Amino acid sequence: MSDIFQHLWPEYDPGRFFCELTTPRADAGPVPRWLAERLQGIGLEALRARASAAETDLIDLGVTFTVYSDATAIDRILPFDCIPRVLTAPEWDLLERACAQRVKALNLFLGDIYGKGHVVKDGIIPGELVYGNANYRPEMKDFPVPHGTYVHVCGIDIIRDEAGDFRVLEDNARTPSGVSYVIENRHLMLRTFPDLMSGIKLKPVDDYGRRLRAAMAEVAPGDNADPQVVLLSPGIYNSAYFEHVFLAREMGVPLVVGADLTVENDRVFMRTISGLKPVHTIYRRLNDDFLDPEVFRPDSMLGVPGLIRAWKAGNVAIANAVGTGVADDKAVYAYMPRIIKYYLDEEPLIQNVETHICREPEGLKYTLENLDKLVTKPVGESGGYGITIGPRASKEELEKVRETISADPDNWISQPMIGLSVGPTLAEEGIGPRHLDLRPFIVTGKESWVLPGGLSRVAMKRGSLIVNSSQGGGSKDTWVLAEDFSKDDPTKGDTP
Amino acid sequence: MTHMRDPGLLARDAEGLFWMARYLERVENMARLIDVTQSFESPGFETEAWFGLIRINADEKNFLERGFSADATHVKRFYLLDKGNSTSIPASLEDARTNARTLRPLMSTEMWKQLNVFHRFVSRITPEDLEGDALSRLCTRIKEGVQAHTGITQGTIYRDQGWYFYELGRYIERADQTTRMLDIKFTALLPRGGEEKRVAELTQWNAILRAAAGYHAFKRQARAQFAPEDVVQFLLRDPSNPRSPLLCVRRIESHLDDLRRHFGLSRGAEALERVEMLRELLLEVKLSHILATGLHDYLDLVQIYLQELAGAIGRAFFRDWRPEPTPESQLQGPSSPSQSQTQVSA
Repeated sequence: MSDIFQHLWPEYDPGRFFCELTTPRADAGPVPRWLAERLQGIGLEALRARASAAETDLIDLGVTFTVYSDATAIDRILPFDCIPRVLTAPEWDLLERACAQRVKALNLFLGDIYGKGHVVKDGIIPGELVYGNANYRPEMKDFPVPHGTYVHVCGIDIIRDEAGDFRVLEDNARTPSGVSYVIENRHLMLRTFPDLMSGIKLKPVDDYGRRLRAAMAEVAPGDNADPQVVLLSPGIYNSAYFEHVFLAREMGVPLVVGADLTVENDRVFMRTISGLKPVHTIYRRLNDDFLDPEVFRPDSMLGVPGLIRAWKAGNVAIANAVGTGVADDKAVYAYMPRIIKYYLDEEPLIQNVETHICREPEGLKYTLENLDKLVTKPVGESGGYGITIGPRASKEELEKVRETISADPDNWISQPMIGLSVGPTLAEEGIGPRHLDLRPFIVTGKESWVLPGGLSRVAMKRGSLIVNSSQGGGSKDTWVLAEDFSKDDPTKGDTP
Repeated sequence: MTHMRDPGLLARDAEGLFWMARYLERVENMARLIDVTQSFESPGFETEAWFGLIRINADEKNFLERGFSADATHVKRFYLLDKGNSTSIPASLEDARTNARTLRPLMSTEMWKQLNVFHRFVSRITPEDLEGDALSRLCTRIKEGVQAHTGITQGTIYRDQGWYFYELGRYIERADQTTRMLDIKFTALLPRGGEEKRVAELTQWNAILRAAAGYHAFKRQARAQFAPEDVVQFLLRDPSNPRSPLLCVRRIESHLDDLRRHFGLSRGAEALERVEMLRELLLEVKLSHILATGLHDYLDLVQIYLQELAGAIGRAFFRDWRPEPTPESQLQGPSSPSQSQTQVSA
């Protein structure tokens, strides 16, 4: 930590972790110092008052998600931390390229495994991991999708280790959520902390809706100049319903539920006040299982009977495509570096976290021998459920994990415990370090576009590494500096 | 002006807008009714006055089934605190907000925010707010909450087809509620006769005029000699009184007409016929005849016609998305699209 921060925040101590504000970065220029000085200028008490006003604003605006536990549903806001996370221009350049690279590989992989399956035949990944995967959809076999795009919207979870290196923790290729908070957080910052941002050039985040709609139009069947796009939501009881509303508004398209759609002669229509109106692209925020009771869960009331038929007849586009879950599976994740290399002949621009696959004997052996040092994760879960952090678990907990993994090793992976980077966060004790991650969002129609920044999720509990909203995590505004300060640095020898 | 493409209004959303407006209008009028009922209280007869509210809303069965007994405090709680009573203010507002959640893409952010904040206020009403002079203040705040909603809507909502359905719902509900406001007069007790009765009667009519926000307007154009039929005339069919069923019906007609002419929605023929019948009922029956044969029965008839009109609008525009309309759905709209989506996944 540099002197300036020790001077401003004598109590603030990120310890051995990389701090997203105070660890010196030449390419951040004066921004971290400005931020710290401005925060100091506002003062802790005023900061708390403004932060609480900002949260009231979120409640009034209904920017909420729903948590279900024990049959009760509670509307909660995603706790908002007013101290932004800053990414420098060169950092973003790397992140952006790495995300696009990863999505490209994911799409090629999906096209391959639902096509000829070279990746399996060439021995890059075991066939049972692909074809035996619960999320592999045989219905997709030999069904090419426009532009080869299966994953139209992808969220990639990225962390930063103690050395400050980015690493991919997880791919979310089904229906990743959280993008609405990226944009809402920025609006909230502009409203409540304009003085923090003043004079700092940031990459804008407002373009997401337009880009998403354009991508949806690009994948629409036929050459309709103005295809009808809709957002298909499970409805108001879904925990991400606010985001569905948000995206429908940002795109300017109808928000539909299954009952609004009907299929006739393998074509999809929506029920309007003047009768049936054709639909060309469906951005669905509904899991595969629920999409079409004719093909998947027959008990699903949320889907549209005949939808898959219409899709296979080439009359409608569905985004994300069915069957992408096989690509973001935690077991397949372990093979992603090899998959990238295989299709693109490139090294991953951002590496995975080292991963031990318990279905492989050496992975299982290593995992069981080092349980107390590893983070163990079930492969089929999301939202941070079922994770055990070895170094923090009791002996009994570890024994239980050992039993569970030994009984069903195929379902588990393990990773070393990464010292996630921290960011200064408004906390009980004042401004304290809290662990965070980053989920950039990538939209792909013909080409990929990465929303500058992404969702910075922050574990609000001191020392906690779990950033998921369902487990009490919050979020920060993510600033991508538009200006590359490393270019101004005379030691780098760059001249304007 | 450039030609805008028709984004298509989902039938479900049109119905949602229609009902959101109805629920909110209901909330405002319920607050008006409660306020006026309080002014009808006479010492020793509080229960009778308050039970009149139950009667004009045809809530007798519901009231007893929910375990309430006929006294003033219970009636107030039934309408202001009991979220389980579907005709209560908190329940109507809950329904309005649930509809609003599905309609967010069609509403302005300001509409949504105000409704959210208002909903929170109403859901936190306590028994103490119903005591003494607090009650009238509470009714005022509720009324103003809806008025703020109406004003924000007026100033911010985009005038596409959706707005017409919002307006249709609002006017149908308002017409219905005005008939109930009038009806409450006939459940109110009066002294036995003479000057005392005359004064009490005048006081009650004035209270109703005030509750319907028509007191001063009525005075301006009424004859010097007070006659109850003038009040009935003013409240029911003064074409300039914003709360009269006649004005409401004329607006409904004009909206249905606009939907046909500007948006090519020709399905509203049956609804327009119903409008015609309503207008005849309001204009062509002589007041003296109404008062002689019984105002209460006449008001009932107006309410039935309004329900039939709402049903016809539903059949014309909303029914495409749900195969089987039920008779109840004409009285109580969907508070949520839950009929069509059971909670299978989280």
